[in-house]
Amino acid sequence: MSRPLTFYIHIPYCLKRCGYCDFNTYTPGELKAGSDIAEVSTGYIDLLIAESKIAKGKLQASKPIETIFFGGGTPTLMEPADLGRVLDSLKSDFGFATNIEITIEANPDTVSKEKLAALRGVGINRISFGMQSAATHVLAVLDRTHNPENVIKATNWAREVGFEQVSVDLIYGTPGETIEDWRATIKSALALPITHISAYALIVEDGTKLAAQVKRGEIVIPDDDQTADKYLIADEEFSKAGFNWYELSNWAKAGGECRHNIAYWQGDNWWGLGPGAHSHIDGVRFWNVKHPTTYKKLLESNDSPVLDSETLVAEQIESERIMLAIRLPSGISKASLSGESLARIESYVTAGQLSAQSWEAGVVSLTRSGRLMADRIVREILL
Amino acid sequence: MPAIDLAKAPQPASTNPAQIRNFCIIAHIDHGKSTLADRMLGITEVVEQRNMRAQYLDRMDIERERGITIKSQAVRLPWRSGIDGQEYILNMIDTPGHVDFTYEVSRSLAACEGAVLLVDCAQGIEAQTLANLYLAMENNLTIIPVLNKIDLPAAQPEKFAEELAKLIGCQPEDCLRVSGKTGEGVTELLDQIVKQIPAPVGDANAPARALIFDSVYDTYRGVVTYVRVVDGHLSTRDQIQMFSTGVRHEMLEVGVISPEPVVSKGLGVGEVGYVITGVKDVRQSRVGDTITTYHNPTTKALAGYKDPKPMVFSGLFPLDGAEYPMLREALDKLQLNDAALVYEPETSAALGFGFRCGFLGLLHMEIVRERLEREAGLSLISTAPSVVYRVVKGDGKELIVTNPSEFPNDKIEAVFEPIVRATVLAPAEFIGAIMELCQERRGTLLGMDYLSEDRVEIRYTLPLAEIVFDFFDQLKSKTRGYASLDYEPIGEAEGDLVKVDILLQSEGVDAFSAIVHKDKAYAYGVMMTTKLRELIPRQQFEVPIQAAIGSRIIARESIRAIRKDVLAKCYGGDISRKRKLLEKQKEGKKRMKMVGRVEVPQEAFIAALTTDADVDKAKAKAKG
Repeated sequence: MSRPLTFYIHIPYCLKRCGYCDFNTYTPGELKAGSDIAEVSTGYIDLLIAESKIAKGKLQASKPIETIFFGGGTPTLMEPADLGRVLDSLKSDFGFATNIEITIEANPDTVSKEKLAALRGVGINRISFGMQSAATHVLAVLDRTHNPENVIKATNWAREVGFEQVSVDLIYGTPGETIEDWRATIKSALALPITHISAYALIVEDGTKLAAQVKRGEIVIPDDDQTADKYLIADEEFSKAGFNWYELSNWAKAGGECRHNIAYWQGDNWWGLGPGAHSHIDGVRFWNVKHPTTYKKLLESNDSPVLDSETLVAEQIESERIMLAIRLPSGISKASLSGESLARIESYVTAGQLSAQSWEAGVVSLTRSGRLMADRIVREILL
Repeated sequence: MPAIDLAKAPQPASTNPAQIRNFCIIAHIDHGKSTLADRMLGITEVVEQRNMRAQYLDRMDIERERGITIKSQAVRLPWRSGIDGQEYILNMIDTPGHVDFTYEVSRSLAACEGAVLLVDCAQGIEAQTLANLYLAMENNLTIIPVLNKIDLPAAQPEKFAEELAKLIGCQPEDCLRVSGKTGEGVTELLDQIVKQIPAPVGDANAPARALIFDSVYDTYRGVVTYVRVVDGHLSTRDQIQMFSTGVRHEMLEVGVISPEPVVSKGLGVGEVGYVITGVKDVRQSRVGDTITTYHNPTTKALAGYKDPKPMVFSGLFPLDGAEYPMLREALDKLQLNDAALVYEPETSAALGFGFRCGFLGLLHMEIVRERLEREAGLSLISTAPSVVYRVVKGDGKELIVTNPSEFPNDKIEAVFEPIVRATVLAPAEFIGAIMELCQERRGTLLGMDYLSEDRVEIRYTLPLAEIVFDFFDQLKSKTRGYASLDYEPIGEAEGDLVKVDILLQSEGVDAFSAIVHKDKAYAYGVMMTTKLRELIPRQQFEVPIQAAIGSRIIARESIRAIRKDVLAKCYGGDISRKRKLLEKQKEGKKRMKMVGRVEVPQEAFIAALTTDADVDKAKAKAKG
């Protein structure tokens, strides 16, 4: 066990489900467990701790934990003290690296300065706010309730209570979003006291409310070319403001990169706690049962919550390596690819989508416009 | 009780021709022929009540589902006449009902002395029925006009009795009125068949002559050949000989259908039954041929034998290239039962290995394709149907072209295309719409007659190619389904025809080439280029799509280069999901066809080769 170890902790609760979201999350109404999330908090954290004990049994002699990430759902719905309990348990079982990064995702609407201080108080040092957009009509399509003003307040509070790293998530390519809307969103985001930005093109996932609206023709997905333009604009503006891309959809000021995410892309070991959470330990991927109730039942009867697993074979490991590495500025070493693969992608150098300079230096690395073609280039390499 | 106990009825091989009546039923697809036949089987008690099922005589699933008869049947029905109290044997010969099978129909008719003209008295006579009626009249058959479905609330027996009387030249009151559904009038119809239709006449002592009117391949017994004995006698002791080929066969079994096969000692003058000789391929026992005996052969064949000629050609390709050997096997098997089906291997740059197949017509084509898919479990893609062109080149050399990709690119002197005489029957209110359609399709009006006050018969000559290209669907939609169509080939005519090629990035796609009239080349080019622009996914580079006649571009579109092909998010759980998607895409990529550097998904080919009417049909089928 030599790879760095990280934990992902899933909090599968939201007050309300957003129209575009296909994550494994539940509203109190969907769970029929009473309407008060606070009631759920303590019991749920106990389950996470129980699962972490299973992890402990399997991960003997591991290195101290490098990063922890509370994702959701809406992790800030949990009591900070409860989040602190799971952190304490992990610390005593595995140990924390001295510079551990502990992130929490937060909804700018459901935090107060006091809450943020309490979260900081239990050791969480990085926070990522779901800002999505500065345009209210775009937020409405996404089914988000927050007032853009809240983002300004929340990020400032976060700095005031001592979060070193503050990030916002943005979504572009939402139906109804104009280029001007997107520029305004970028401008608002860059005015915030933040160190990191993630920006994703909206994906209409099957089974979401948004997908149903698109299918019924109520909402029209914007043209792919416009969405491509928005990516280029974002990258240009972020770079100008000192945020550099360190992954296809992530930008940070120097030292502000999210180390937890980098661990995913480098193929490190991570253990996901919670229903539906995925883990990757030494070439084996496994994932838990999705529903919180099933998860609870299994853990309460001392059973493993793992639903299924796969042991990656060499070809799959290689596919994943290429798929992930191409998304990073460091790219892929040409020496690691076959001559046929290189021949198939050479035209992308000519087309300006792979950096000619890197190519000369023996590296397959995407240019700004090439990043938009990453998946296609991966397919060319692998087929 | 007019039915006769089967055991006591006159037996095959020893039935006096005077006691025999051979008849067929001429009817349109849904005018109730099968129901009437069911009713006759019941009333004559050849099928016991408890064994009865609907459409008893339609054996193939497709026949039952589509309500059409593809292969004919001949059933022996004993009947005691309610008029004279005598015993008779009625042979009911079921005929195919579709224009594609006109030749088979004509042979079935030639095996009869009379025909029941069955018309739905809520709808009136249809074009194909009319064509078959004329065929029957040309064969000098006695016609018994019958109005069916008199139980329907929408029945108009008076109106359609007038129409029939006019067509046949009888009195409206001569039309019998029946309901296959309730059985009303069917007993009387059987008695009238005995009374009106002449008994067969033949020379019992002459060398045997029997007409093959159908030939069916049976997995267990080999080819079952349906015959009508004209002269002499066939018995199990005989060796028989096919007149056209002179080939001799052992007679393994002779019998009649009643309505299950019943072995007999033989068949005498005027009788209808089957013979089994052990041949495995219907092409050795062809419809229209004369069977005689080897030891005492006739010198004079019965009239009317001809080889069926394919009129419509299309390429059939397996969706999965690995299924090519299965397709070959399935075609070989189908041909055992379908003497009209021809095929030869074809290679398409776009679609891979397949077969160029020749069919009697569109229905024949559809049926073959459906049987290949259903019975052999194949998934097929077919190219647009083409007719047979005769091309005279600049150097005077002639070329027969059944595949647009074979159309010569060098100088052409003249192109000749098959012409048909088409008959459309429809309510008079649609005359305008029909004439407009026919005109649009390069038709020439031959004439028009009113069958009754509000129903007309319109006759046109039309290029067969125009009919092959969704004419029938258009006709149906322009007449709200009321018009019916029949056509017969009448020769060829010179046409101002050109080949339109479709190019992707200057690379021709053979499957999309078409031979069209010069005036329609532009429309075809625009239609195909627009369709392909929608269907072909964007590529790394811009892809021009062009339609061209020779080197002249007549239409163009272009697919813009793709700019975004990436999923933005890629975290923990996304990774395996994304890898699996990648693996799936890899599989999909294997099924891509390459046209030059352009990747074209198979679905795009299928969709581009599918007409809107096909799509509607597929939808209707899915609903049904």
